[in-house]
Amino acid sequence: MIATATRPLLEVKDLCVDYLTDRGAVRAVDHVSLEVRKGEFLGIVGESGCGKSTLLFAIARLLTPPAEIASGDIWFEGNDLVSMTESELRHFRWKQYSVVMQSAMNALNPVMSIGEQLRDAFDAHQHLTGRQVEKRSEELMRIVGIDPVHLRSYPHQLSGGMRQRAMIAMALAFTPELVIMDEPTSALDVVAQRSLMLKIKQLQREFGFATIFVTHDMSLVSHFSDRLAVMYAGQVVEVGETRQVFADPKHPYTVGLMRSFPSITGALQPLSGIPGSPPDLARPPAGCRFHPRCPHVMPRCKVEEPDFYAREADLVRCFLFDA
Amino acid sequence: MLELPVRPQGAELIRTVGLTRHFRLGGFLSRRFLHAVDDIDLSIHEDEIVALVGESGSGKSTIARLIAMVYKPTAGEIYHRGRPLATVRSRREVLEYRGHVPMVFQDPYGSLSPVYRVSHGIMRALKLHRADLSRRGREEEAQRLLEAVGLVPAVDFLGKYPYQLSGGQRQRIGFAQALACRPELILADEPVSMLDVSVRIGVLNLMASLRRRERISFLYITHDIASARYVADRLVVMYAGQVAESGPVEDVLAHPKHPYTQLLLSAVPDPRAPVSLPATGEVQEPPRVIDPGEGCRFRARCPYAIDECSRVTPRLRLLRPAHDAACHVATSDLVAPAPTERTDKDASLR
Repeated sequence: MIATATRPLLEVKDLCVDYLTDRGAVRAVDHVSLEVRKGEFLGIVGESGCGKSTLLFAIARLLTPPAEIASGDIWFEGNDLVSMTESELRHFRWKQYSVVMQSAMNALNPVMSIGEQLRDAFDAHQHLTGRQVEKRSEELMRIVGIDPVHLRSYPHQLSGGMRQRAMIAMALAFTPELVIMDEPTSALDVVAQRSLMLKIKQLQREFGFATIFVTHDMSLVSHFSDRLAVMYAGQVVEVGETRQVFADPKHPYTVGLMRSFPSITGALQPLSGIPGSPPDLARPPAGCRFHPRCPHVMPRCKVEEPDFYAREADLVRCFLFDA
Repeated sequence: MLELPVRPQGAELIRTVGLTRHFRLGGFLSRRFLHAVDDIDLSIHEDEIVALVGESGSGKSTIARLIAMVYKPTAGEIYHRGRPLATVRSRREVLEYRGHVPMVFQDPYGSLSPVYRVSHGIMRALKLHRADLSRRGREEEAQRLLEAVGLVPAVDFLGKYPYQLSGGQRQRIGFAQALACRPELILADEPVSMLDVSVRIGVLNLMASLRRRERISFLYITHDIASARYVADRLVVMYAGQVAESGPVEDVLAHPKHPYTQLLLSAVPDPRAPVSLPATGEVQEPPRVIDPGEGCRFRARCPYAIDECSRVTPRLRLLRPAHDAACHVATSDLVAPAPTERTDKDASLR
């Protein structure tokens, strides 16, 4: 492999996140390592409770108790995010990276117009005159495809798709290098969902920011992400080029996921899904966390925890690839 | 060329004629009405799975609630085996009807009471709807029902509380409760949309096997057209409170006639399809149907709209065998010209 000269925009190394509960610490994110390159679209897929949202919150340094980063590093262009204080983060957030939350209805302030909320953000991070703020706000609305008259609208007056676009407009206000998105389309209908995905991709091409996009719907990112990381029970189990992962999924969990959603094209095939359900992270199974549901389980899977093994350009956490 | 295998149909269980439900917006003196469901003709037969698909706000759930007698229609009528529901009045008759046509809800976390064991809901349904069973008989039946929905060993599950179950297991309990009434038709309102991807298909397979083994029909309400294709025989596509298109599921997918169906199908993410992304995907939002005038409700988003679309509301027309669409522009694939109006209804219904 040829080492790329440029270092990645974001490097997550052996990150662990714990939820401190009465019954002890529950590890929601377990030794996750990831890289995001400049301008790249990284998809993270996994089911509810797999730790994908916790991972995002950790990367954005938005975790609140009882969750905390137990160990590991997050490097953003040479800056150590983990050790940053709140006041240091304040200068960093929005300008270097921004976050688009799952539910715009909850993330937007219901008693402020969209324009006022944008002005709030500008006031906090940049010294602009009222006229400049207005001009920039209008520009941002146009960028995401909303008529600037809606700067005077309140969140409840916008449709779900428009609210998410308004959130994206705010996230882009200071042209960050990285936009972190937590299921921004999950509340939308398919038509609005596709339209928003195309918009995100177009903006990315135009402004060159990188994206981490978390979703439970693997098929959604299949045409949009450059690389894909599959998470299961707090761990990344497979990571690789998106098209490669879809064409040739390697981890039995990824294979199972691929066999879980029906298609509208091709012959109709009976599907089986994956038997059982994801484990309780307070008591994860010994060995490989997927072994109780795995069709290829071997004796060593029950006692030993698999490492990452390289296959083509992919990394797979499964003993089947330990050769 | 148009010889399509049409499944032999059983007797008609439910038929709606001109089914309409409006909701008053604002105070009770308000003159503004939301047209949640307008003029729906729908039929569900024995041994059939009908999928109702559409975006949120298109009226899918309202139809289920009308059929479940949760709402009363503003106009139109629902017939159950030929009998108008308006004549089902006494407490006993309503109970009996609801036993024939129970509902399974979207949210398995909200639809089971957290303070009762699993057995409670099932035994209650058995007590209400199965007077023929003794206490012992009810217990045996409860076990059989849990086995039928794939929760084994059944005895263990009966003693559990909902918090001890996963989402998929809870949804199976929902189906077991519905089965306890010995239903003819289960109204399943987005039964898998809140479940994890890896367990969804199990619940869809359960619906298919209940139809196969217990001869139960389903009205499967979903926004996910791929899952509709997976289990359903017939697809009904809703748009803004009206039926845009309906027909055998494979025929609608292969030959979508309504521009809205075409838009919907093009938006479904399909990893098996080759990557080709259009530069832009600007589409307008579906309308909220408040006091609509005449005309097609899709016309503002429709690339093929003609003058007529803003003047005349399109009615469903038969365009392929057993497959119709409500569009002025769509062309017929039938060899002989089809009758343009499918039903001829009393104008006062509308």
